[in-house]
This record gives sequence, structure tokens and C-alpha cells, in this order.
Amino acid sequence: MKKWKKGLGAVMVTVLGASLLAGCGSSGKNSSAASGSEGAGGDLTVIKIASQSPLSGSSSAYGESIKLGGQMALEERKDEFKKLGFDLQFVPYDDQGDSKKGVANAELIGADKSVMAVLGHFNSGVSIPSSVVYEKYSIPMVSPGSTATDLTDRKLKSVNRVVARDDFQGPAGAEYAVKTVGAKNIFIIQDQTAYGKGIADSFQNAAKELGANIVGYEGITVGEKDFSGVLNQVLSKKPDFIYFGVLYNEGGLIVKQAREKGIDVPIMGGDGIDSSGMVDVAGDKLTNVAYSSVATDIIKSNKEWADKYHQKFGKNPENYAVYSYDAMNVILNALTKAIDANGGKVPAREKVRDAIRTTTDYQGIATKVSFDDKGDNKYAKVFIYKYDGPQYPGSMISEVEPK
Amino acid sequence: MISEILQTLPQVLVDGLALGAVYAVVAIGYTMVYGILEFINFAHGEIFMTGAFAGTAALLTLKSAGLLGAMPGWLAYLLAFVIAMLLTGILGIGIERVAYRPLRKAPKLISFISAVGISFLLQDIVRFIADLKTGNFIVTGITLYDSNLKVAASSLWSVFGDAFIKTNTIIVLAAAVVLMIGLDLFVNRTKWGVAMRAVAQDRDTASLMSINVNKVIALTFFIGSALGGGTGVLFAQQYGTIDPYIGFTLGMKAFTAAVLGGIGNIRGAMFGGILIGLIEMLASTNLGILTGGSFGAEYKDVMSFLILIVVLIFKPEGLFGKAIKEKV
Repeated sequence: MKKWKKGLGAVMVTVLGASLLAGCGSSGKNSSAASGSEGAGGDLTVIKIASQSPLSGSSSAYGESIKLGGQMALEERKDEFKKLGFDLQFVPYDDQGDSKKGVANAELIGADKSVMAVLGHFNSGVSIPSSVVYEKYSIPMVSPGSTATDLTDRKLKSVNRVVARDDFQGPAGAEYAVKTVGAKNIFIIQDQTAYGKGIADSFQNAAKELGANIVGYEGITVGEKDFSGVLNQVLSKKPDFIYFGVLYNEGGLIVKQAREKGIDVPIMGGDGIDSSGMVDVAGDKLTNVAYSSVATDIIKSNKEWADKYHQKFGKNPENYAVYSYDAMNVILNALTKAIDANGGKVPAREKVRDAIRTTTDYQGIATKVSFDDKGDNKYAKVFIYKYDGPQYPGSMISEVEPK
Repeated sequence: MISEILQTLPQVLVDGLALGAVYAVVAIGYTMVYGILEFINFAHGEIFMTGAFAGTAALLTLKSAGLLGAMPGWLAYLLAFVIAMLLTGILGIGIERVAYRPLRKAPKLISFISAVGISFLLQDIVRFIADLKTGNFIVTGITLYDSNLKVAASSLWSVFGDAFIKTNTIIVLAAAVVLMIGLDLFVNRTKWGVAMRAVAQDRDTASLMSINVNKVIALTFFIGSALGGGTGVLFAQQYGTIDPYIGFTLGMKAFTAAVLGGIGNIRGAMFGGILIGLIEMLASTNLGILTGGSFGAEYKDVMSFLILIVVLIFKPEGLFGKAIKEKV
């Protein structure tokens, strides 16, 4: 045993040493990369817009669509910027849906002086810590998918989002559950992330206010495959409605395992289960599952745009792609405004940041955009959908306007 | 409170046994290697994961070749099972040859680090291949036996609620029992089993008795890894979705089970696995009820490890282990 303890200590020391070394190495590389890119522009001045989204990991389906939506908007306006004398470049980063990676990328982005704005992130849990870094460097970020209330409630100057907040999505879901379905006893499951807990809590409060009874509130861990424990509790509490704040991997498995245990009550989730991944995971057990989403069904609401996307990238857009497209256009509009104000020269990041915040009544493809003083979009709607069989997307049931 | 617990008990037992059976078979792999080399093969959880992916890949390949519909479900299942076992078994021998054998005379810590390195390597290789082939490293495979049986436990005693058993749960239990009995017979009744036990007892003396120690160790790795890989297929069939990181937590729990049962003792590992599975399921279902909601299902892992700590304090050799006197 003693030998073991000594051994563990040695491992710790080695790891610490290695990470220190790695830290030095990468920071050295940053500064050289940043200075290199400034000179590389030729006669056109390089302006970069970075995107940060999970290109790998459990929410990669969303992350990929966010990257492609932004890329599409940016490439369409490349010529416009060329005329102004700028070489507009798109730099996608992979935050892996991991806050540590997101913050590390944010530091890289901050060090690169030619990056003017960030499109992203998707996961609220990554957006929140990374936004602190953006604030430090005065780089504006526009998120096409983060819905946690904390993101904008801290009133950072650089943080904006085009989608609705959780405390709007939760109540919209509660209204559907209590008024439309008539749920009385509701069981709540959440995945203990900023997103999952946030949306589940706001649902809980709204449902209580509407007179429903919360019979259970349980947490699960992201990455687990066996949810029998929580579902056995559901069996004993016999709720008539289940609400979960989870992403599609866990969500799909919970739906599948619930139906296998004979739990047939309606299940509802937030926009985290708004993905074709739900169909892959739950298969034909995906019945009677509703979800609220901050995203419209783009293939139905704007076929023309969806076709253009399909033509360019060879696949159908996930709904966030179009929000990403709009967010990128918001960024680029503000950028041109800031360039104009600066007499055609590269503006300071602070100017771009302020120009984004003053965006008013911009009509995008998916949504109209006006930011309030916190960076929330005044026009962001919530949509209620329902899966009734293994088909993505579910059918849209209603639209909820902001109050 | 009691009635709520009793009501879900049949379902909890079913789920707990299925999970426990998976832990038990994986725990055997840890315990066998420890018994012989006195070192924890921390890559074993990743071998389990590789088995899950190998089996799923076999089924997906069969499907894309159009053969899956043509053959009966049990044959496809068996095929995936055997392919995964062979592959992981050979993988186990390879790992032993490359990463452990050169370090056999080195301090235990060195082999330990080598094992941790191998487990990262396996995670990333599998992740890379899965990502390359399917575009996402979280893979949803083909579930062969999807139907449900209802166990009318309420007719036994009206306090019980009915339980639902997946057909696959029965397969998991049956396969685990067959594997465990087969292994027990192999170790206790065959010549190779005697050789294995001899090497476990004293490697040097065994080699003097004309036992080829290297061969026996390779065989141990083959069997342990094949059991782990086979269980991976059962796991993939049971839960439907797998990712390259399932091996870590599951490996930890299986290791806990092995220690609980007395590391080095095969029957102890089986018992420990089943016990941990049941405790985990009981805890995750009932913690919220028992504590009035202040501790929820998310604390279930704490329970298993808490029990491990208690056992280690009062019976450090594990439930079935024999205390070894060290000569100074």
C-alpha cells in the first residue's frame, strides 16, 4: 500500500510538470502566430471572424451546422468586404462542448489581433466561461444557440444571442404541459449542466405557478448509458408527464428505456433534444415526445434557403444553421458600420462590439434581431414541436411570442 | 416510503442484476491479471469498450452487406459476440506483449503508467475510427432483441409493481452465467487452469515445474480480455448507444467489484460485480425517497465507492480474499 501512495504522488508530479511545460509551449506559439498573421495580408487587410462550436463530441451535429451556417453567410459577403479593402476570413474552432477547451480557444482568439468577432458557442456551459475571456479582450460574441439565463444576465458588453432565453423556453414548455396536455403530476429530470438544470428549473417554477404538482426532481450524469435508476423512481411516483433538461444522447436513451419499462406518459424536453440524433438513439420508441425549441423548422419555413444550404454542403441544415447564418450577418453588418465610422480602416474591437449591441430590427432569415441592453434578442420566439415516431424534425405544434 | 421502495423492487432487481452481471464479467478480467502478475491492468475498461465497438461494427458490416436480414437474430448475435471476443482477446495478448512484458521486472508503477497510456491510446484509436466511419464517435448500433417481457410480480405479492424485462436482459444474464461457470471450470478442472493457478502462486517455482510462464500469462490476458470484449457486446446490445469513454467509469466500477470481492479471487469478483450492480441500482432508485429528495440518483456512484471504503477499512483483503502475510 505504501508503495502505491508513493507511486501516486510521483504520477501527480509528472502530470503537473508536463502540463506546465505544455502551457509554456502553447503560449509561446500563440504570440508568434498572432504576429505572423498581421503581416500576411498583402494589399488587403485581413479581418477574421472566428466561430466556436462543438465539432466533435456529443453535440457535434449542432456544432457542425453552426459552423456551416456562419461559413455560408460569410462567403456570400466576401466580395462586399473585398471592395472595402478587406480580406474577410472565417476561422472555425472546435470547443468540443467542453468549457476548458472553449476557454483555451478563446485565449487563442483573443491573442489574434485580426479576429474581430466570435460566432458561438452552442453549449451554454461553454459560452459562459468563454465570454469572460472575450470581455477581457473586448471581442464581441453572438451566440446562435446558448440559452442559459446567466449568459446575458451578467450584463457583459460583449455577449449577445439571437435565440430565446431558457426562462422563456421553460415557461413556454410549462404552458404546453399544463394547459395543452393537462398535466397534473410532473416528474423532472435534468443533467446537472448549466443548460439542463437551468431549463428544468425554469420549467419547474412556471409549472408550479400554473398549478401543477412536481412529484420528483432528479439529476443524471452526462455520458451515462443506463438510466434505470431514475426511471424506476418514475415508475414509483406514477407521474402523468415527464419533463427533462438534457441533450439528445441522454434524452434519446431515457425515452427508449422509459418506453421499454412501460412508461407511456408524454415526455417533453427543451431544444437540447431538437436533433436528428434523437431518432438515431431512440428509434421507434420515439413516440409522444414534445420539445420546445428556440429554432424554427427551416426546411419548412424557408425552403429556398434550405435548398441553397443543401446545394452548398450536400446535406440538410439542422435548424441552428439558419440562426448561425443570421448571427453572422448581424456581426458583418455591425462590422461594416464600424468600418464606415472609422473612415474605411480596421475598427477597434470595442467599436465592433458596440455596433453589434446597437443592432435594431435586422430582418434575418429565421428571426428578426434587436438586442436589448443585456444582449438578448427582443424578437426571439419559442416553438413547440412533437415527435410521434422516428422522424426528424417533429411536427410543429405552436409558436410562442415573447411577452 | 417502504411501500414505494417495495413497489419498484422487482424492476430494481432485474435492472441491478443485468448491470451487475456486466460488472462481474469485466471484474474477472481485472482479478485474473492481478492474481497472476499482481498488477492492475487499467486498460481493461478500454478493452471492454473496444469489444463493444467491434461487435457493433460486425453487426453494421453484416447489415450493409445485406446478410443481417438473411440470418436468424441469434446467429448474428453469436457472430458479433465471437468476433468481438477473438479480437479483444488477441488485442489483450498484444498489449501484454508490447506494453507489459518488457516492464515485468520494472517497478509496478512503471507498468501502471504503461496501462494508463494504453487506455488513452485505445480510447483515441476507437474514437478516430468511429468518427471516420460514421461521422460521429457516439455510435448507435443495431439492437437485435428489442422485445419486452412483463413479469407479473404483482401477482406474487400485491405490494410489488410489475417489472419489464428486455429479452436482451435475459441474454445478458445467461451469457454472463455461462461465461462465469465456463471460466470457473476451466481454472479449476483443466491442466491449463492448474498451470494458471501455479503461476499465480509462485511464478519462479512454476517455471521450474516446466510450466511456460509467458504462455500462461498470454493465455490469461487472452481469456480476461475476451471476457471483457464479449461483455462489451452485451452492453452495446443492452443500452443501444456506445461511445469511446464508456470503458472508464465502468472499468472503475468493475475494479471496485474486484477489490470488494477480494482481488485475485475469481469467484469474489463475480460476487462483487453482482453486489455493486444491485447496490447502485437500489441507491439510484431509492436515495431520493430515503433522503426526502436532498440526495438524488446522481449520488449513486458515491454509494458503491462508499461501500468499497467501508469494506476496505474492516476487511482490507476483500470479502472473499485471503489475508497474505508479508515476510519482512
